[in-house]
Amino acid sequence: MTNNRSWIPYLLILPSVAFLALLFLVPLLQTMWLAFSDNGLPSPANAQRMMADINFSRSIRNTFLLTLAVVPVQLAIALVMGTMVAKVGRGRETILWVWTIPLGISDLAAGLVWLSILQNSGYFNSLLLGLGILERQASWLSYQTPVALFFAIAVAEIWRGTAIVMVIIVAGLNQVPREFKEAAEIFGAGPWTRFWRITLPLIRPALQSALILRTVLAFEVFAVVYALGGRNFPVLVGEAYNWQNQNQNYGVAAAYAVLIMIISLAATLIYLKVIKVDPERLP
Amino acid sequence: MANIVIDRIRKSFGTFEALKEVSLTINDGEFVSLLGPSGCGKTTLLRIIAGLETSTSGDVLIGGKSVIGLPPKERGLAMVFQNYAVFPHMTVYENVAFGLRMQKADDARVKTQVEKAAGLLHIEQYLDRYPNKLSGGQRQRVAVARALAVEPKVLLMDEPLSNLDALLRLEMRTELKTVLQSAGTTTIYVTHDQTEAMGLSDRIAVMHNGMVEQVGTPVDVYNYPATRFVGGFIGNPPMNFIKVPVTNGQVTAGSEPLKAPKETGDEVILGLRGEAVQLAPLPLGLEMKVRVAEPMGSHLLLTGSIHDQPVRVILPSSETVRSGDVIGLKLDPNRITWLSPESGKSFPAATAR
Repeated sequence: MTNNRSWIPYLLILPSVAFLALLFLVPLLQTMWLAFSDNGLPSPANAQRMMADINFSRSIRNTFLLTLAVVPVQLAIALVMGTMVAKVGRGRETILWVWTIPLGISDLAAGLVWLSILQNSGYFNSLLLGLGILERQASWLSYQTPVALFFAIAVAEIWRGTAIVMVIIVAGLNQVPREFKEAAEIFGAGPWTRFWRITLPLIRPALQSALILRTVLAFEVFAVVYALGGRNFPVLVGEAYNWQNQNQNYGVAAAYAVLIMIISLAATLIYLKVIKVDPERLP
Repeated sequence: MANIVIDRIRKSFGTFEALKEVSLTINDGEFVSLLGPSGCGKTTLLRIIAGLETSTSGDVLIGGKSVIGLPPKERGLAMVFQNYAVFPHMTVYENVAFGLRMQKADDARVKTQVEKAAGLLHIEQYLDRYPNKLSGGQRQRVAVARALAVEPKVLLMDEPLSNLDALLRLEMRTELKTVLQSAGTTTIYVTHDQTEAMGLSDRIAVMHNGMVEQVGTPVDVYNYPATRFVGGFIGNPPMNFIKVPVTNGQVTAGSEPLKAPKETGDEVILGLRGEAVQLAPLPLGLEMKVRVAEPMGSHLLLTGSIHDQPVRVILPSSETVRSGDVIGLKLDPNRITWLSPESGKSFPAATAR
């Protein structure tokens, strides 16, 4: 009786499979074809053109630097926030709610928020002028101040994207039974040892998910950079956008898109390998 | 090895008083159970001794030294948790070694101690495995081995067997007793299971509503309950309580008068263990209406009423009593607990010792 119903599961997952195939798989294949073809024939021309561009190496360097700067800081902050909120009794939900507000803001809006703080006539300069630290408005976001620009973008990205890491970390921390920490405490582990030897290994799956998600998103950084730095700070997605819209060259834009996908996949594979989650060692 | 003095410990959670002035002394090397129903405060008391919970007032002394305010690791104790709390990301070896590693013991000592503890609990063959691959009973062995490996002055156990199935629990209970007897560690054992408490303990502290109702050896607590609660909580079936009138300082049970304690008023409660009775012919014995007779093999369990009050008694399985019978019972005067109907406390003077 169960045998002649074996098609039901397939029927039930059919809509989602069809949806993904239509709106994800087909465009993906189209993009890949677009990237590796020229006038309807397979060709490396787009990739070559992409790599020959003056902004190519800069955008790769910037994207990687930004990811390297932002993701570890976000993870550290998220761990601190998660550990702190775990100790809070009343008002815990409210604190979490406030902390996750940046999640509800679109990345372009977040970029504009930080632009209003950091532009020449922004809040930051007004504050420094008011305190007498500066005598005249300083520029933070121009091409002449690449370090300040980098910091500004990194800070904005950290502000915007830490909440998602924290949400995953908090969920992971909630899964760790209190007794593990108490047992460690009884047997002589201090707070630091408990964190490194007990908590961190036990939230490995959450760490892995958070890092993969956050890193992939960091490689796709665009709107915040665009709002704060414009073309002064080229990143990979920004270049794809420019080739698509300014230069109207869909082939090179597609090549960038494929490159971003390859980098993201590679990062995911590295995380899966390095932060291996062994089901045997889970609670 | 150390003795433990619990001195007027109080603990409130908001307006709820979890512990109301609990005092208890546990001698060096003694095994004491904290026994009581859930919510009686036994686990809270254990956690205060461990240092995982702070007390509202009072003092805890381990080996004559006050440990209030000291972190758990400076109290010289080890603990076994109800859900084992064996670290899943460490091998059994590293779990057992954990306390020693925290004490910065050298590898040679770690190895000797781990092997000794593992040998005691028969887990040598699992040392390289991860706890996830072990059964509940094996994990609890690992937890006990981890606690014993540090050779603690005091061992605290919080319902360590309650997650195991009945058969395994019985087996582990016997084994735990063997292991702990040879270790000679002062042990506090929290449980709601009276058979565990009776079987394992040197003394039992029966707790109820945040207070210690009685402290005594298992036999004393069973035979001479200090309160109605203790009598009703300990024993299976629980103690029977029959309210009877007192006339001229005497109580009539069947045709046989029993001398009541001097302090009694017009009424007294007879606390009667189910097995402290014998079958007797009727006008002589106390009349019991048997509602249900259950032959249990080892004994015969009778449920019914005496003076319209529910009772359960146990007779040898050789007796033949059927449901619906009316029988006579002869009470053993030495095994009657006389209780005050007002306070629920027993009259100690009258209780034969």
